[in-house]
Order: sequence, then structure tokens, then C-alpha cells
Amino acid sequence: MAQATTPVAGPEVERAGGGRRLRRVLRGIARPYRESHGVARFMLVTGTVLVTVMVLLAIFAPWIAPYGFNQVATDAGRFGQHVPPGPGHPFGTTVQELDVLSRVVWGARTAVTVVLLALLFSLFIGVVLGLLSGFVGRWLDRGLVLVMDALYALPALLLAIVVAFLLSEFVGGGIATAALAITAVYIPQYFRVVRAATVSAKEATYVEAARAMGAGPVTIMGKYLLANVVHSVPVIATLNAADAILTLAALGFLGYGIQPTEAAEWGYDLQRAVSDAGAGIWWTGMFPGIAIVLLVLGLTLVGEGLNETMNPALRVRRLLPVIMPPLERTSRVEGDAR
Amino acid sequence: MSTRTSGSLRTYLVTRLLLFIPNVLVILTIVFILMRVAPGDPISVARGGQLPPEQIAELREAAGYDQPLIVQYWEYITGVLRLDFGETIIDSREITDILVSNGGATLTLTLSALVVGLLVGVPVGLWAGRRRDTHTDAALRVFAILTYAAPVFFVGLLLQLAFGVNGLGVLPTSNQADPIVYAQTPEVTHIFLLDTLIAGDLSAFWNGIEHLILPAVTLGLLLSGIFMRIVRVNVVQTLRDDYVEAARARGVRERRVVVQHAFRNAMVPFVTVLGLQVALLLGGAILTEQTFNWPGIGSQLVRYLTSRDYVAVQGIITIFALAVVTASLLIDIINAIIDPRVRY
Repeated sequence: MAQATTPVAGPEVERAGGGRRLRRVLRGIARPYRESHGVARFMLVTGTVLVTVMVLLAIFAPWIAPYGFNQVATDAGRFGQHVPPGPGHPFGTTVQELDVLSRVVWGARTAVTVVLLALLFSLFIGVVLGLLSGFVGRWLDRGLVLVMDALYALPALLLAIVVAFLLSEFVGGGIATAALAITAVYIPQYFRVVRAATVSAKEATYVEAARAMGAGPVTIMGKYLLANVVHSVPVIATLNAADAILTLAALGFLGYGIQPTEAAEWGYDLQRAVSDAGAGIWWTGMFPGIAIVLLVLGLTLVGEGLNETMNPALRVRRLLPVIMPPLERTSRVEGDAR
Repeated sequence: MSTRTSGSLRTYLVTRLLLFIPNVLVILTIVFILMRVAPGDPISVARGGQLPPEQIAELREAAGYDQPLIVQYWEYITGVLRLDFGETIIDSREITDILVSNGGATLTLTLSALVVGLLVGVPVGLWAGRRRDTHTDAALRVFAILTYAAPVFFVGLLLQLAFGVNGLGVLPTSNQADPIVYAQTPEVTHIFLLDTLIAGDLSAFWNGIEHLILPAVTLGLLLSGIFMRIVRVNVVQTLRDDYVEAARARGVRERRVVVQHAFRNAMVPFVTVLGLQVALLLGGAILTEQTFNWPGIGSQLVRYLTSRDYVAVQGIITIFALAVVTASLLIDIINAIIDPRVRY
């Protein structure tokens, strides 16, 4: 996949005023939306809407959620166990008397926080190691590739479990633990992509020119290589974010994620809901589950849409739009009328 | 990249097998480091506070945890070579015993999920790739993304709600068989379905199948989405290839072009990707086993994790890692046999 999105050569870092720069960034963000069409545009737009809704829920959780994530009572009294969805609790309550709607809303905050942290960590470590490995080469490269390949071969979930298991011993099962466990899973992916791009860009003429002009290794990596490598990051990062949500939920489901008293976590809620399912109680599992699906769906749609618009290997030249003959429309109306 | 057009198959196989050794060694080292960086020793962690300190010290010595790390590392590596993964701390079971008695359940689950995944994913992928950018394609792609976006345990939960006692009430939602049936079937191979056949008990076999359906479909759906995407992309790409065009130009009928020329060649890269899914399959199996109370290795892993049994966790993870590496070795060999281009 790395070679498909070969970065365009030439670092075009523009030394411009802040306003112009911002405009350029905004235009860069808007570009895939303007350039996409058909299925790709549909995916991009739907995905963006879903992700935006979830991020808004995450940011405004304290105002949107009717209760706290571990609140079991109000002044009016306790919520009660397994109250079906109704006026007081639109999504019902759990066996621990928690309000499911509040858990779902607060869960969005947890998911977004953990995934953002995990992505930042793994992106940083992966990019730095990948650049070093690709640029320095020799034994460092060999060693890192060997270790990263081995990490990549382990089932992602297993790796996350082991790291969470170990960290929970030192740090306890908090948001940081979950984020670090997920970080470990995604480092090898960024490492691979960045290393491959670095190795191929290292030989480029402009890097040679920079070296001839006396640029040191740090400058070359930071200015010339990094700028070319980051092009491939958005697609991987969005798709990884989707995957990270699933890993977080899986950790929670197995009991290795965030402890229920610290934050609301969808995977943990689903674990509790499995025993409810046997008793025909559907609301405790249904809503957190749908929340996971929507967020992952949104991120995947954005990632796929970006991939399709930005990856020239997948792009097809747009054919002339087919104009539907009026006959078709009238016949359908007739069909409806009948 | 080598410019030689075809290396011999034997050279490839020997090289690949030789590469397998450092590969395994690195993975084992990583597992060892991950499991042993924690302060304290496994025995104190699992049994601390339960036993008097003298007894813990005794157990530590017996298990060799008072030795320097490098000695323990050597013990671990040589142990794995002898297929000895150690003994669990909390219930003194050999790890190989876990593999034997619970491996059958995991194998049954993963293989049947693979079958479900292939049966659903491949035809749907071929179909979607053939009708690229139509409404059918869009709908099928949404389906594929949905199977990916829905965590296996959520799908499992929905299936339990739909088909379990409180839904349609047609399928059991936990274990490999009804307890009585399970107890009455003599264990021979530790693979329940095989055991029922050996015992000649068809109603028990059917009972096992009924119990298998929901877990297999749950895990199979996850795979089907991935298979579908891979097959679709490959079909789309092959249909654009020159030789497909050439076949059309020669006047080969469209149906034949699609089936003989495009689909067949689209399946070649599929084998490679299949190998990459083994890790995902095992990860998914852990979650599925947990959701359906399926007595496989994954559920054992979760049990030992909960009781903080390092030796058991380390052993089971070693087994999983070995399974993945071996599977990718096998896939590479199969690939080299089918496709001469991958040889060195």
C-alpha cells in the first residue's frame, strides 16, 4: 500500500504569512471533498458527518449526557436495575443501575481521547523510527525491521492485551494504559510506511542536492524526507483510528481496558451486556454496540473515501455523465401509480 | 529486486525455511522481554498474599525464577524447542495440555469461521468487482465495511439476542454442546465434532453443529468482509488488464472473459492475503470464544490473564505467535508452488 501513494517529489514549503498558510491548509483539507465524486464522495461526506457527531458528543459530553457515567441515583432516588428504555432513561439502565444513554455519550469521550492519544504516540514513534531506520540504514535498519516485523506478526489484539496486562501492573487500568497498549499495536505500521518512503526518497536528486549544499542528516530528515513522507499518513491514520476503536473496545470487553469507575467504555459495557442477552435484555448491549459501529464506520468511510480520491492507482477517469432518458422516469411514475 | 526470471523452487524453500528460524527467535525474544520486564516474579504476582513468604520462595526456586534473566531466557528458548512451555502457576497444568484439550475447540471454531468467510466473501467480492461503481457494488461495499466496523462481540451479542432463547429460540448460545451430551461423548481427539462421529452418535454431532453455528457465523462474517474487499479490488484490477482486453478483442464471450480470465487470476494474490488473516482470525477467536463461552485456547488465555498467571499467559501467547509464523511460512510455500514469480 505504501508504494501506491508515492509522494510527489519536491518539498514545496512556502514561507508565507499566517493567513495564507491557514488558507492553504484549509484548501488542502477541502481538496478531497471537492475532487471526489460518486461513491467516494458519498463515503467521504457520510463518514465526516458520523465522525463529527461523535466528536461533538465527546467534547460536549458533560452537557449532553443526562447523568454522570457512574451515577446510579439522583435526589429523586436510585435509578433501579435493568429499567427498560422509557421517559426517565431513553436507553434504559444496566444491572449496576447506570443510565445507558449517559454511558454511551461519555463513552464517546473516552474513545476519542484514547484513540487520539494512541495515534499521536504511535505516529510520533513510528515516524521517527521509520525515518531513522530508512535514513541511517545498515545494522540499525536491519535490527528495527526485524523487531517491527516480529511485532507485526503477533495478533494485534494479543499484543495490546499483553501491554495492557503489564501496564496495569505499574500504572493501573486508566486511559493512559489503554492508549499505550494501542500505541504498541500501530507503531510497526507507521514504521513500515515511513521507512519504505524514506528509503525510496533518500536516493532522490533533491536530497542529494541538499547534501551537496551541506545539509546535515537532521535537516535532511526533518525538511526533505519528512515532508514527502507525510502525504501517505492521513489515509493510514484514519483507518488506524477506526481499528484502534475496535482494539480499545476489545480490550474493554476482555476486562483489560479502562476500569468502569474511571470512565465509561463501550467495550466494558458490552461485556456486561453479554450476560443480559441471555435474559432477553437488549438495551444494555445494543446502544454501546451501535455507538462503536457508527464511529468505526465513520472513520472507515473517511479513510476509504480519502484513499480513493488521493490514491491515483485506484482513481478512474470520470466518464461523461449518463443522462437518463425521460422515458425511464415517466415509466417509473406510471409504475408507482398502478 | 533480482532480475533473474525464475529461481528454483528448492532454493526458495531452503531460504524461506532458514529465515523461519531467526523469525521465530525474534518473536520468542520479544514475548520473553514483554512478559519479564515487569518487576517481581510470576509466582509472587500470582500467589502473593495467598501463601506464606517462605513457601513462595520455595516455589520460586523450584521454578527457577531466582536465576539470572539470561539463564531464564535460555531455559525458555530451549523449552520451546522441546515443545515444553512450562506449567501454569495457579492450577499446575502443563501448557501443552491446554493446547491439546482446548486447541480442538479453537480449531473447530476458526476453521468453520474460515469456511463461512470464504463462502460469503469470495462470491460477493467477485460480484461486486464485476459490477464496479453500480448500486450493487456500493451496497455490497457498505456491507463489507459494516462487517468490519461491528466488533465480533457485538455481532455475537446481536445473534444471541436474535436466535437465542429470548429471540427465535432456535439456536444455543454457549458451549460446544449441551452439558449432558458433552459429558457422554468420550474424548478421543479433543475435537468434539470428530469425537461424536467416532462414537457414532449422530444426534450428539448435530447438537455440536447447532452450537457451532452462531460462533462460526459471528467470526466468519468478520472474515467475509475482508475477503470480499480483497477479491473485489483484485477483480477490478484484473478486469482492466491488457490480457482481458486482448481476450475480448479475440472475440471471447464476455462470460468466459470474466470467469476464466479475470476471476481466476484475481484469486492468486488472494492466497497471500489469506495468510495475513491468520493473526486476525486468532484475535477474533479470542473475542468470539469469550462471547459464546466457547472452551477454546482464547477463553483459557482470558482466564489466566484474570488470575495474573504469567507462565500460562506467556505459554499461550508463545503458542499463538508460533501458529501465526508457521501459517505464514506455509502460505509462502504454497504461494511459491502456485506462482513462480515469488521465488527468489
